[in-house]
Amino acid sequence: MSPLQPLNKSARLAILCYVGISAIVFLLMMIVGLVMRASQAQLIGVPPQFFYQLMTAHGGSMIVTSGLAASAVLWYFLRRYTNLYTPILWINLGLFLTGVVLILGSIFIGGFAGAWTFLFPLPSHGLGIWSTGAATAFIVGLLLIGVGFLIFYLEVARAILKEYGSIPKALGWPQLFKNSSDTMPPATIVAGTMVFIVNILGILAGAVVLVLILINLYVPRFEVDPLLTKNLTYFFGHVFINATIYQAVIAVYELLPQYTGRTWKVNKVFLAAWTASSLMVMAVYPHHLMMDFAMPSWMAISAQIFSYANGIPLIIVTAWGALTIVHRSGIKWDAASLLLMIAIFGWSAGVIPAIIDATVAVNKVMHNTLWVPGHFHFYLLTGLVAMLLGFMIYMINGDDQSAPINPNKPIDVKPMTAADTSAIWVYTLGSIGFSMMFLISGTASVPRRWAEHFPEWIVYSQVATVFGSFIVLAMLILVIKIVIRLPKARTL
Amino acid sequence: MIHENVLLLSLVLMAGVLFAFVYVFIHSTKLEQDYASIAKNSYSKRDKLFGFIIIAGVLIAIGTTRGLPYGPHNANAKQIDVIGKQWYWEISDTTATVNQPIIFNVGSADVNHGLGIYDKDLRLLTQVQAMPDYTNKLAYTFKEAGEYKLMCMEYCGLVHHSMISTFTVNDEG
Ligand code: HEM
Ligand SMILES: [Cu+2]
Ligand SMILES: [Cu+2]
Repeated sequence: MSPLQPLNKSARLAILCYVGISAIVFLLMMIVGLVMRASQAQLIGVPPQFFYQLMTAHGGSMIVTSGLAASAVLWYFLRRYTNLYTPILWINLGLFLTGVVLILGSIFIGGFAGAWTFLFPLPSHGLGIWSTGAATAFIVGLLLIGVGFLIFYLEVARAILKEYGSIPKALGWPQLFKNSSDTMPPATIVAGTMVFIVNILGILAGAVVLVLILINLYVPRFEVDPLLTKNLTYFFGHVFINATIYQAVIAVYELLPQYTGRTWKVNKVFLAAWTASSLMVMAVYPHHLMMDFAMPSWMAISAQIFSYANGIPLIIVTAWGALTIVHRSGIKWDAASLLLMIAIFGWSAGVIPAIIDATVAVNKVMHNTLWVPGHFHFYLLTGLVAMLLGFMIYMINGDDQSAPINPNKPIDVKPMTAADTSAIWVYTLGSIGFSMMFLISGTASVPRRWAEHFPEWIVYSQVATVFGSFIVLAMLILVIKIVIRLPKARTL
Repeated sequence: MIHENVLLLSLVLMAGVLFAFVYVFIHSTKLEQDYASIAKNSYSKRDKLFGFIIIAGVLIAIGTTRGLPYGPHNANAKQIDVIGKQWYWEISDTTATVNQPIIFNVGSADVNHGLGIYDKDLRLLTQVQAMPDYTNKLAYTFKEAGEYKLMCMEYCGLVHHSMISTFTVNDEG
């Protein structure tokens, strides 16, 4: 392949906007999260109505912002192998920002507090606290964001298929199933292909349910099945948030080899793991519906089996690969590589309580307790966000402004400052501690999404608030650094 | 109790993952030139572990599907109707007897709720979703007399956290 060219001016600016906006929104929404936890701890007083508005804003913004930051990682590395059409980046960003404004307006002006999962028919049951207009603004906002991402992934699909011919080829099926001796597709292509497949389907499901709810808001005679919408909502939500990790992990596949001077070989096990996960990530969503006894019970059983089988292959391939590549590699750690490595730990460890909860017998006493935010904060804070921060710091730490460069050349490592080192470790310990407190609260049967807790539960929230403050403090240091250095970010 | 065992199992497995990362991290800055043999050695271990975990995972997953809560249900059980409403429970009968099989017929008059049964130590014993248009049958047999709480387990709006009723279980005879 031809030597890597620098990002064109417009694409670079767009990527930097993605990075800067997500870094700032992450920080702000973490502060919102801390306010919620401090209020459950009765350290500050937040009226329930406002708590649920904050909860809706925190959940919704965190999910879509994770999507935005992850899509920047995908684009940044994918364009090393394909020709992507830059204006798509701007269209997606424009729709994203419009959608976010609508959503925040619906919450903080219209009083909407239907949670980011907008479970039908809650949006139309504001009981005077929020209006149909507020619910509409929320739904239309999410729809716009969805349309932006849909266009984005269609472009990813187009670019990959143009270069690699077909989905089977991009997933390496000839090599996997037919012993073809062609060179394996790069990890980024395999991951990108899986992501566009599942995300296009997931976003379409999300769009369908949003449109159904919207019509029902204005034409109540138009009946909507609440169990069907529940299925669609969780299919969309599960796929979308998992796909953010599958995009962010591309940074690990691309950068750890550069840091260690070793190659991360795509082999058959790697291909098989990605193909299996692509299929199974779409089959496991009914683990959100195990307590819906009206669902056919074979769905709960298959969700249990697929949940066990889905998480494992990809994580073993990735975690094992990452551990192997750095083992006795003589790596000189810098802020970016350290965060990427911590993130792989956070992802692998955080999935464990998730998989265990996908067992019907466990789900019966853990579903909708704080066990659930416990496992997802674990793999989102210590996993996903750490991975995204690693990518962001890689972007701002570069000085390879002269093109063309050789991507196999080892990275020039920027030594860590004392502020970097302490921020990273405080972030890591804070986020592990914070998530553990959710898991412990779940073990004590504390329900999730309760604005006010019983006195027996308050001590958990108080300890969690301390850990949460560590996260916010460390994040503040990292985000300031990222935003200030952004104009000097690398161009390749 | 299952609650603590779940936490314990999670902690043990997570500690195992942590150990692997710390071990590799400590040895990462030393340089071993011969990556090919490191990789070969490591990947052969991985492939064994892989096979083991997948087989074990599927067996455990299948093994734990016994005793699912989805029925068929005891036809002689006492039937109690529970309807969730924003924001209270409408319950046809709030008493039962120890060891008496009960079926809660759970539904909702408006949005999604969740029926969680808590004992006096605030421990979640079992739960089911309460949704409009559907009736979910939750079978449960109380083993101890006392006051129980029915609490809402699915976010249903601004008073979600106060949607609590009491339920009394009396001794036999
Ligand atoms: C300092 C960091 C953070 C703090 C203090 C925090 C705090 C919280 C709290 C208190 C809740 C409500 C728990 C409940 O009672 O149900 C929550 C929910 C949630 N958080 Fe976080 N969080 C943080 C970071 C994140 C991150 C980084 C993400 C995603 C990338 C995230 C995604 C979510 C989601 C999706 C929910 C569910 C909202 C809902 O139940 O509707 N959080 N968080
Ligand atoms: Cu309720
Ligand atoms: Cu509720």
